[in-house]
Amino acid sequence: MINLFISAIVFGTVILYGALGEILTEKSGNLNLGVPGVMYLGGIAGLASAFAYEISTPNPIPAVCLLISFVCAFLAAALGGLIYSFLTITLRANQNVTGLTLTIFGGGVANFFGGALNTLAGGVGQISVATTSAAYRASLPLGSKLGWFGQIFLNHGFMVYLAIVLAILMHFFFNKTRMGLNLRAVGENPATADAAGINVTRYKYLATCIGAGISGLGGLYYTMDYIKGTWASEGTIEALGWLAVALVIFAVWRSLNAIWGSYLFGFLTWLYLYVPQIRAWLIGALHLDQDALQILNLTRSSQELFKMLPYLATILVLILVSMRKKRENQPPASLGLPYFREER
Amino acid sequence: MRGVTKTFGAVVANNKVDLDIRRGEILSLLGENGSGKTTLMNMLSGIYFPDAGEILVNGKPVTIRSPKDAFDLGIGMIHQHFKLVDVLTATENILLGLHEKGTLNLKAAAEKITEICRKYGFVVDPNKKIYDMSVSEKQTVEIVKVLYRGANILILDEPTAVLTPQETRKLFDVMRNMKADGKAIVIITHKLHEVMEISDRVAVLRKGEYIGDVPTSETNPQKLTDMMVGRAVSLNIDRPDPVNRVKRLEIHNLSVRNVYGLRALDSVSFDVYGGEILGIAGISGCGQKELLEAIAGLQITESGSSIRFYPGETSESKELVGLSPLDIKKAGVGLSFVPEDRLGMGLVGAMDMTDNMMLRSYRNGRSAFADRKNPKKLAEQVIEQLEVVTPGVSTPVRRLSGGNVQKVLVGREIAASPKVLMTAYAVRGLDINTSYTIYNLLTEQKMQGVAVVYVGEDLDVLLELCDRILVLCSGKVNGIVDARTTTKEEVGLLMTNLRKEEIHE
Repeated sequence: MINLFISAIVFGTVILYGALGEILTEKSGNLNLGVPGVMYLGGIAGLASAFAYEISTPNPIPAVCLLISFVCAFLAAALGGLIYSFLTITLRANQNVTGLTLTIFGGGVANFFGGALNTLAGGVGQISVATTSAAYRASLPLGSKLGWFGQIFLNHGFMVYLAIVLAILMHFFFNKTRMGLNLRAVGENPATADAAGINVTRYKYLATCIGAGISGLGGLYYTMDYIKGTWASEGTIEALGWLAVALVIFAVWRSLNAIWGSYLFGFLTWLYLYVPQIRAWLIGALHLDQDALQILNLTRSSQELFKMLPYLATILVLILVSMRKKRENQPPASLGLPYFREER
Repeated sequence: MRGVTKTFGAVVANNKVDLDIRRGEILSLLGENGSGKTTLMNMLSGIYFPDAGEILVNGKPVTIRSPKDAFDLGIGMIHQHFKLVDVLTATENILLGLHEKGTLNLKAAAEKITEICRKYGFVVDPNKKIYDMSVSEKQTVEIVKVLYRGANILILDEPTAVLTPQETRKLFDVMRNMKADGKAIVIITHKLHEVMEISDRVAVLRKGEYIGDVPTSETNPQKLTDMMVGRAVSLNIDRPDPVNRVKRLEIHNLSVRNVYGLRALDSVSFDVYGGEILGIAGISGCGQKELLEAIAGLQITESGSSIRFYPGETSESKELVGLSPLDIKKAGVGLSFVPEDRLGMGLVGAMDMTDNMMLRSYRNGRSAFADRKNPKKLAEQVIEQLEVVTPGVSTPVRRLSGGNVQKVLVGREIAASPKVLMTAYAVRGLDINTSYTIYNLLTEQKMQGVAVVYVGEDLDVLLELCDRILVLCSGKVNGIVDARTTTKEEVGLLMTNLRKEEIHE
């Protein structure tokens, strides 16, 4: 059971990065549905740069590995955000279409280069960035010694904690700084922000590019930590990317909510694997017959039903939020709309 | 401003305008719709950039490229459509975009705001969210925002269009305080009596050109209108006595709940007669919209509500409650509805005039194909009769100016020769000349025996145009008065103070 919580935090962290980046982007009024694509870009750029560095030197230095892959992942993802920004802000293309295109584009680029890396390394699963991956996976030495608490909460690589710090910083940024206030105004009502002397275009570009960069870190964390520095093209990043988009709604655009929300999503995503264990435990605890609770005996198809849980939770939140009718829980008012100053 | 010119495509919005704005003075800027008043002021506040000409502040030539440049020069504009962020508080809105030193200190800012309010005599709660505010409060926030930035030149674009007479008086008091403080104030308004009351000097624009300025004390409304329009215009609304008053609608106990479950209309009862104009007055949001929509079949009414329609001369009648808008039309009830949101509910902006005419007629005929010929004829007829300014019937309606859009809508509804014509804010944002065209059209309809329901916000017009005025207050009928004998004060009082006992005519 401890493994369930550990997996929840690992997957949750991937989702959390995606969602934090998207919250920043959406606060500027840009609805970037390219989160999965951007996460793909971050993942492949981090992997490729680390790979290139590790094969070019006999003794790679862990800190350099970290720095190179981190920066490359962030920049590649931010570049994806830049494409999106140019299309939607400067050319005022439709945001939904652009975002979906970016998702397809990011997945294509990443899997293309992932395949190329596999070929370079000599076969599928042969890519090795051992030093980099180890640096990402390094955890506190005392983590594993503190019982279940240490195993669940303290036994992770640094990126798990960085995500939490980032979420808290973002909360502070939105609510306590001038720039955060201005950014919120841009997303709510760009004409108002413009009239107040705020450079709407600059805020939108910066928020979207930095947001995409942060989302890309989710892809990096997935590649380096969860699949230990190889490339897998089975589409998990994309699935997690969509969960990140759902999490933004679930968290009602608040970064602090995103922290626990992401772990909940991770938990719900993995729950199906542990349902047989839960069944066995229930049978034991309630002194039931061995054939009882057949409903929890999952087949392949009923597993898929369990994987729907995060989305069901999101729908539930949408229903609750719309029933409470609080203006603060609504998406930024101009989300998805282009802004053109001289439009009459 | 010297020789300022601004063009939008082929349209010249301002042509070589020279304008002086002086300290300690309130200047009224007058002009018809599309005469370029707002464009001119937008160039001062940095929203638009002039194509030619120069702007001097305190004798020095300046370049205003953005609203920020304008603030730096002490120029602040209060726009017609408020530029506020709904989910933020008053203080947060006021601080937007400022580059003060140090960290964000909302408390200190709130104190400074209270200080400004005390100085000029207005009331605002710095921690209130904008979406909780009334229109008048929002406007106050806008003014404080500009003052907080240290503006010495304030531009107000139609500030009274959305205020009740009482709120307008308060605003004027504030404006006088600011004038006494040495600020320069420009007010754009269509209401001539306000021009006469508040301003020291009047400047007139016509079709983008500067016509001239006069001290207010040396002019009168008639002269100003002539200057604006360029020819002598009659400013009196012709109000013939109603003839052949026939009961058309009998509304009894009409109640409607809004989305929040509150009663937007509470047991409203009144009659509408053919051959007269019934005015409906009330502070905005008091149920005017719900009332018209309920009659048009667009609102779900509470049980017990009844709207009876009398189509002919006899006492035969039909119940309209429960019918869909299409059924109401099919039942032979000629209801025409000119909604307040013209491009939202009345017309489709992206379609041309012919298509918009067809929205009413496309069901006619038996052929599988819609008839386009007659709607096109109708469109051309509307253009000719109502003097709609448009490149042609195939121009998308959205491209027309507000006044012309309104004419298209009113023209279409009148052409359906209704028995009851309902209009909401038919002249909102229209200039004097166009407004009078609309008033005359409505009066014409009345003389033809149509029952006209006119929801309006300008009390002076209601008093001059209508035969009876129904005053709504918080969804209740707070009195029906004879427009010929009542006073503005009486109506204003009925709008704001709910009477204890219900009064029916």
